Amino acid sequence: MTGITLFGLTGALVIGLGVFGLVARHHLVHRVLAFNLIGSGIFLLFGALASRSPNGTDPVPQALVITGIVVALAATALAVTLITRFAEASGRTHLPDDSEDGDGAV
Amino acid sequence: MALSDWLAPDMAWAAFSVIVPLAAALLSLPLARHARYIALPAALLGLIVACASAAQVWLHGAVLLAAGGWAPPLGIVLRLDGLAAAFLVLTAAISTAVAWYALPQFAARGASESRSGFAFWPLLFFLWAGLNALLVSNDLFNLYVALELIGLTAVALVALDGKPAVIAAALRYLLFALFGSLAYLLGVVLLYAQYATLDMTLLRHVAQADFATLLAAALMTAGLLAKTALVPLHAWLPPAHAGAPAPASALLSALVVKGSFYVVIRLWFDVLPNQAGAAFTTLLGTLGALAILYGSALAFRQNRLKPIIAYSTVAQLGYLFLVFPLAGGAGEAQPWGAAAWSGGMFHALSHGLAKAAMFLAAGTLIQAVGHDRIDGLDGIARSMPIAAFAFGLAAISLMGLPPSGGFTAKYLLLTAALAAGQWGWAIIMIVGGLLAAGYLFRVLNRFLLEGDRSATLQAVPAGGQIIALLLALAAILLGLLSATPYALLQIGRPDAAAGGLS
Repeated sequence: MTGITLFGLTGALVIGLGVFGLVARHHLVHRVLAFNLIGSGIFLLFGALASRSPNGTDPVPQALVITGIVVALAATALAVTLITRFAEASGRTHLPDDSEDGDGAV
Repeated sequence: MALSDWLAPDMAWAAFSVIVPLAAALLSLPLARHARYIALPAALLGLIVACASAAQVWLHGAVLLAAGGWAPPLGIVLRLDGLAAAFLVLTAAISTAVAWYALPQFAARGASESRSGFAFWPLLFFLWAGLNALLVSNDLFNLYVALELIGLTAVALVALDGKPAVIAAALRYLLFALFGSLAYLLGVVLLYAQYATLDMTLLRHVAQADFATLLAAALMTAGLLAKTALVPLHAWLPPAHAGAPAPASALLSALVVKGSFYVVIRLWFDVLPNQAGAAFTTLLGTLGALAILYGSALAFRQNRLKPIIAYSTVAQLGYLFLVFPLAGGAGEAQPWGAAAWSGGMFHALSHGLAKAAMFLAAGTLIQAVGHDRIDGLDGIARSMPIAAFAFGLAAISLMGLPPSGGFTAKYLLLTAALAAGQWGWAIIMIVGGLLAAGYLFRVLNRFLLEGDRSATLQAVPAGGQIIALLLALAAILLGLLSATPYALLQIGRPDAAAGGLS
């Protein structure tokens, strides 16, 4: 097994772990961590794929991964802010069960 | 410069349509206290740029612009064709109307001291910039960034109110949106690994229908469907769209869900034409049909105004996915493919206008009554005739009655279904129209009951009602004057829309 394959398989494993966490865990912080796991797995996979190029390492995936990390950071920041507000306002760390009725604000 | 010089093919209107709202968003952060002076001029400038983009496409056909002069595969190309131009104008029209509507709510003297008054304007313009970037982008990763910008601002718009129930709705929306983005991103990575380019035009020429490509496309589609709230991935939409403030609801229901649908259309008609199998197109069509029936049934069961409108969005989004079985089909080019594709796009445009009008009208009614239970809206048409009339006109377009834009859309889709001999989709569309009439008349009947309510109502300025009415009139005019938008949509239309998907 080459190093690249190992990186690729690890990336796939991390994505799988993240998907499992997102579905199986209900604590909101766990879900945000699971989202970050999936993202990291995708970036690892992308990096491994970039090094397959015959002319040395392909720089485009690296640029895209950096952009992706910035986007993931922004998303995590928003999620953590919302979770903090939600926990302060309701005292809960889990989303309530699906209620069909929305709250009609003006 | 003469007008024709301004609209010459080398004018970078595609880039301006991203730059103007982005600059407005950045400006409105430090100048939040002066939002009432800059919001409307910035929105009008954005509207002018969108109209110029459409005029440029109308005069010169589709325009390609390599950003910074870098050609693909290294650089990113912006593409402005008829479909992009039509959606640019829709986005600009609705965003401008919402900005105008929201001035008293979020930009009144002292409003910028509150969190929602401070946050609304940057979010509005960031959302607009994200949507425009999505519409003109010809690069799959650039689309990912635009999708994320749209998703994050949309979630923040939902949470503006700050009540726990609304934050819960925003969090649920965020989980769906992030999962959708990651599925899309994984698909992009797989495509890049295979073809070493993400430019949509280049991909179109090299993409094969092999396992890795179809897996990537399936991942991207699944992610986008979660963001478009196609049944069964719709659970996040009603609480989020009903819980947001009315101007934000209008943006979310009219534009945001269309953004991810637009990418699905680009993916299957522009990047991977002729590669969707019959099983896949039938699956998307069936989910669309389920959305029409299930969304309408749930809209019937709601007793509050905004959830009714939100569930109506779930139902109306279903029509968009009937494009796939109708513009697809086996074998040679079908003559009805173009009608089905154009019908789907018309539906997206007219639903956008009508739904924005409906949410804004509902916002003024709720402001007057103080809550949104429909049993409290009895006889409101007498006191607030403009808002009730706007709601009624928007309802006509959603039901698909002539002469509205919704009618043109359903007429095109119906004739395509009949020409294709696919009667099932035609029956679903007719039943969907009847169900829409049912749940909307349930509301309209209340409006028209006898009795004078003016004593118990809060005074609401007429401005907001008039804006809602203008949007509803635009939805009707889209049907009356359908020839021009129809011709615009055909400019640079993907061949697959004429030739069938598979």
